[in-house]
Amino acid sequence: MMMELWNLYGMQTLMMLLHMVVLLVSVLLGVAYLSYFERKIMGAMQMRQGPNTVGPFGLLQPFADALKLISKETIIPSQSNRAVFVLAPIVFTTLALLAWSVIPVNAQWVLADINVGILFLFAVSSMSVYGVIMAGWASNSKYAFLGGMRSASQMVSYEVSMGLVIVTVILCVGSMNLSDIVTAPRPWWMQILLFPMLIIFLVSILAETNRAPFDLPEGESELSGGFMVEYSAATFVLFFLSEYANMILMSAITVVLFLGGWLPPFGIEALSIVPGVIWFVLKICLILFFFVWCRATFPRYRYDQLMRLGWKIFLPFSLLWVVVVAGTLIMMDAVP
Amino acid sequence: MLATLAFYVFSAVLIFSAAMVIVVRNPVHSVLFLILAFFNAAGLFILLGAEFIGMILVIVYVGAVAVLFLFVVMMLDISFADLRKGAVQFIPLGLFIGGVLLFQFYVLFQSWQIAPSAMLNITTPSLSGEEELTNATQLGRILYTDYVFAFQVSGLILLVAMIGAIVLTHRQRAGVLRQKVAEQVARKPSDVLEIKKVETGSGVE
Repeated sequence: MMMELWNLYGMQTLMMLLHMVVLLVSVLLGVAYLSYFERKIMGAMQMRQGPNTVGPFGLLQPFADALKLISKETIIPSQSNRAVFVLAPIVFTTLALLAWSVIPVNAQWVLADINVGILFLFAVSSMSVYGVIMAGWASNSKYAFLGGMRSASQMVSYEVSMGLVIVTVILCVGSMNLSDIVTAPRPWWMQILLFPMLIIFLVSILAETNRAPFDLPEGESELSGGFMVEYSAATFVLFFLSEYANMILMSAITVVLFLGGWLPPFGIEALSIVPGVIWFVLKICLILFFFVWCRATFPRYRYDQLMRLGWKIFLPFSLLWVVVVAGTLIMMDAVP
Repeated sequence: MLATLAFYVFSAVLIFSAAMVIVVRNPVHSVLFLILAFFNAAGLFILLGAEFIGMILVIVYVGAVAVLFLFVVMMLDISFADLRKGAVQFIPLGLFIGGVLLFQFYVLFQSWQIAPSAMLNITTPSLSGEEELTNATQLGRILYTDYVFAFQVSGLILLVAMIGAIVLTHRQRAGVLRQKVAEQVARKPSDVLEIKKVETGSGVE
């Protein structure tokens, strides 16, 4: 019986676990060096040095930060709702890492190659709002609560236009499988049609990950840290980590939807000597640079301006563009 | 075997969390349990091979509806302990209504028949036929052919409901300052600025 079970599932499970561990470790390393990358770039943009003391060129800075944070005391406010307070960062981190299971890193390099990959990603990213709301409510503090509320309405609003952007891409590609989305042929007119959607998507992922200039949920000037005020030590690390993991995830989704995933850029065949993973990572770095660039450049939006942009500009435009793209596809007789 | 195990885990958690929704005292906790219930229901759909419906369930109910639910429950300042005070005396009434509903369902399902023409449209949610179709494609083929009228009508009903909700809740408030972006952008320096040459010792009129 045990032998049978082992033969059926044993090796498969082991390989699966190994793949998961490799993927998670690379995402976590990515998060560590994203924080370094961000501080170095912002330093350069603001004519500062950035971290340069721990290790050569400050390369060990992220680990020093993590060690410092983890060795602090975890404080749980006495008036808070204990269970939800502890659950919130766990939910947030789980969701941020869960989505990686469907991201195709290279041809055939994906943990779960499911039919509805893009819907799965959308579902998981729309659920990450719970971590924020739960944290805001459970902290039992005005600032945290306001931050949580802001974040909830912001994420729900921008999800609408993100959903429409995803719909246009699915229309052009004719599949919801992420590997198919990457490999589907895209003629030049289709790429031109999708370009405005890329811009909308880029702005929406800034809002979806609560990054500057849409970082109102944690706006330190008026909310002193938003939904994270009451969190310390390990629970704070989880929030920090998953926020950065979400940034990398959103960049990966952009790369898969618009920038051709692991394929070499501009369809140049000669460049395919370089392995696909490297192209994938480089493209993710490009989008991450955009995240950091925005943070260093733009002042924070006011709340009503944020809502106006989401509901009155992006939503009508993306609705219109879905119709335009669908019409063009029929006109060019290119419906997949 | 794994599928059976998964089925029992999902259904057990689903029933447990559905019961917790009405048992727990804190309304926020009960919404959180409701979300857990939705999540497990999506799991059951995926086990059935209906992955599209499972994902849509998570996106629509967990990602949007329940967020607004949670939002409202957190914002409302209702003392739920007060609401529960008289609950015990309504138990017989509740049991009576529940019993009537159960009886009606029983009668309904005893005499349930599916029209022969509709029987033709029943498809298995998993892959069927020679060509391999994902179930999004299968759903689309049925929705936009045989059921296109029902589909469009339900869309119209939702639109009417949306407009109705907006009309009911919208009110014009006086004295609210609004930002008029177009006006701000269209403003030119010549409209608001005037450069005057001021003589020493005279000042501006």
